[in-house]
Amino acid sequence: MVEQTTTQQHETYERIHASEDFAELRRRYRGFAFPMTVAFMVWYLLYVLASSWANDFMATQVVGNINVALVFGLLQFVSTFLIAWLYARHANQKLDPISDRLRAEYDSEVSR
Amino acid sequence: MSAIDNVVLSADTSHQPLTTTLFVLVVLATLAITVWAGRQTKTATDYYAGGRSFTGVQNGFAVAGDYMSAASFLGISGAIALTGYDGFLYSIGFLVAWLVALLLVAELLRNSGRYTMADQLAFRMRQRPVRTAASVSTVVVSIFYLLAQMVGAGALVSLLLAVEGDAAKNLTIVAVGALMIFYVTVGGMKGTTWVQIVKAVLLMSGTILITVLVLAKFNFNISDMLGGAAENSGAGQAFLEPGLKYGVDTTAKIDFLSLGLALVLGTAGLPHILIRFYTVPTAKQARSSVLWAISLIGSFYLMTLVLGFGAAALLSDGAYGQVADSDGNLASPLLAEEVGGGPGSNGGAILLALIAAVAFATILAVVAGLTLTSASSVAHDIYANVIRRGKATERDEVQVARGAAIAIGAVAILLAIPAQDLNIAFLVALAFAVAASANVPALLYNLFWKRFNTRGALWSIYGGLSSAVILVFFSPVVSGKVDPATGENLALFPASVDFQWFPLENPGIVSIPLGFLFGFIGTITARDRTAEEKYDELEVRALTGAGAEKAVSH
Repeated sequence: MVEQTTTQQHETYERIHASEDFAELRRRYRGFAFPMTVAFMVWYLLYVLASSWANDFMATQVVGNINVALVFGLLQFVSTFLIAWLYARHANQKLDPISDRLRAEYDSEVSR
Repeated sequence: MSAIDNVVLSADTSHQPLTTTLFVLVVLATLAITVWAGRQTKTATDYYAGGRSFTGVQNGFAVAGDYMSAASFLGISGAIALTGYDGFLYSIGFLVAWLVALLLVAELLRNSGRYTMADQLAFRMRQRPVRTAASVSTVVVSIFYLLAQMVGAGALVSLLLAVEGDAAKNLTIVAVGALMIFYVTVGGMKGTTWVQIVKAVLLMSGTILITVLVLAKFNFNISDMLGGAAENSGAGQAFLEPGLKYGVDTTAKIDFLSLGLALVLGTAGLPHILIRFYTVPTAKQARSSVLWAISLIGSFYLMTLVLGFGAAALLSDGAYGQVADSDGNLASPLLAEEVGGGPGSNGGAILLALIAAVAFATILAVVAGLTLTSASSVAHDIYANVIRRGKATERDEVQVARGAAIAIGAVAILLAIPAQDLNIAFLVALAFAVAASANVPALLYNLFWKRFNTRGALWSIYGGLSSAVILVFFSPVVSGKVDPATGENLALFPASVDFQWFPLENPGIVSIPLGFLFGFIGTITARDRTAEEKYDELEVRALTGAGAEKAVSH
C-alpha cells in the first residue's frame, strides 16, 4: 500500500509466509481454485463452440420443443451455481479456519 | 448489446401520466437516499468504500444492481424476442464470468487493496507508473461503458415516456447526467450503493412478476411457450436453435467466440465491479457478496429467457413490429402491457409504467456506479498518489473526487449528445474486451506470479488496452459496415469512409492473449527485487486478510 510496512509487520509477514500452516492454506486454495477454473472455462468454451459449429447436435429435440441447445445452456447455469456452492463450502470448511488463525497470529504480534 | 438509437415509437400514450409519476417517484426516492447517505459520509473510506460497512447480502444486491444494465434487462430479453436462442448466448457468458470473480479475484482483492483497482498493483510495484496505467484503463473502460449507457438512456427514456424529438432526448441525457453527478458527489459510495440495492430489488421484483404472469398464460408449460414463440416469430424451430444471428458464416462464428471470451474474462476486470468488493468489512463478506450476486444475476437471466420467448409468443404482429423497430428494447415493456391485460387496459398501463420505471432506475444506478469509479481513480490514484505523492490530506482527496465526478459527468453528457446519432452500441463489448485484455492479465499475474513486476504490469495494461482499441478502430464497427439488405450504414464513420482491415467486431480473441503476452514479456525482460520480495507479503495478506483494511466504525 501507500504506507510502507514496518519492520515488525514485515517480519511477521515473512514468518507467516514461511509457516507450515500458510503453505497448507495456499495449497488448499490453489488446489481448488485452479483446476475448477480450468474446468468451467473448458465447459463454457465447449458450449460456445457447440453453439457455432454443432448445429445439428444442438437442434436435437429432447422433450417437446425443448432441444439440446436449451438444455446445454441451462446446464451452464446449473454448473455455475454448483461450482459457486462447492467453493463456498470448501472455503468455509478448509480455508477459513487456517486464515482466521493466521490473521489472529498476525494481529497479536503486530499490535504488541 | 443492441443499438438503442433512432427509435420512433407510436404506441398509445394512455400510460404516460402514470409512467411519469413513477419516474418522479424513482427520482425522489433516490435523491432522498443520496442526501441521507451524504450526511453519513465523513472520511475518505466512507466516500470511496461506504465505510466498508455493508454486509455481504447488501453488497450482493448492489453488485447485481451495478452489473445488470438496461442493456441486459431490455437488451437481452429483446434480443431473445427477435433472434431467439442467440439472444440467450450473451447471458450465459455474463453469468459464468462471475466464477472468475469468485474463485480468483474478489476475496484476494478485498484483502490486498484499499479503494481502487490500482491499489492492488501498487502494493508491490512502483507507485506512480502503475497507478497511472491502472487509472487510464479504469477511466477508459468506465467512459466507454458510461457513454453507451447515457446514449441508451436518452433513447430509452424518451421511448418509455413516449416523447419524441431530439430536444427531448438531449434533455433526458442532461437530466440523467445531472442526477448521476448528484448521487456521486453527495452520496459517495454509500449513496451509490443504496441506489443500486433499491434498483436491484425493483428489477428483481418487476421481472419476477412479469415472468410469473407470462408463464401463467401457458399454464407453466415451457415447451408450449417455446412452441408459441417459434411459430409466432415466423422462423419456426430455427428460432429455438443457435445460429439465427451469429451463425451466418465462419467470420461471424469466430466473432461470437471472441465475444464469448471477452464476456467471460472481462467481468472480473471491470473496475466498477472490482471496487464494490472494498465496501464490505472482510474477505468472507466479499465472498458472500459474489454468491448473492451469482444467485440474483443467474435467476435474472433465467427469467429474461421467459421474457424474451414470452414476448415472441404473446405479442401481436403490430407490437412485435414495434419491438423490432426498437431493436428489441421494447420487448419487456410491451410484454408487461400484454400480460397486464393488453393495450388500452388499466392493468396493461400499470404494468407498462412499472417496467418503464424499473428500466429507468436501472439506468440511473449503473451510470452512478461508473461515474464514482472513474472519479475515485482520478482522485485516489492520479491526484493523491501520482501528483501529490501520497501527501494529500483525506479532505483534499475527497474534494478532488467530487470535482472529478462533476468533470467526468459533464464530459459524458457532452460526448453522449452528439454520439446519439452514431452507431456506438459496440462500446459495451469494447469495455468488456479492454477489461479482459488489460486489467485481468495484470490482476491475475500480480496475485499469482511472484516474478511479476512494474514493467510487466505496464506492458500488460497498456498493451492489452491498445490492442483492443486499435483492433476495434480498424474493425467493421468503426468503418466499412453496411447492411447487405438495406444498404444502411452500420459503422461509426459514414459509409464513404472505409479503412477497415480487421475482420472481427470483437477483438478479444486476439487482444486478450496479447495482453497476457505483453505482461509476460515485460516481466521477464526486467528484474524488480522489491516487487518479488513484497510478493510474500501480498500473498499472506491476500489469502489471510492479515493487515487488510478494516471497516470504519462510527
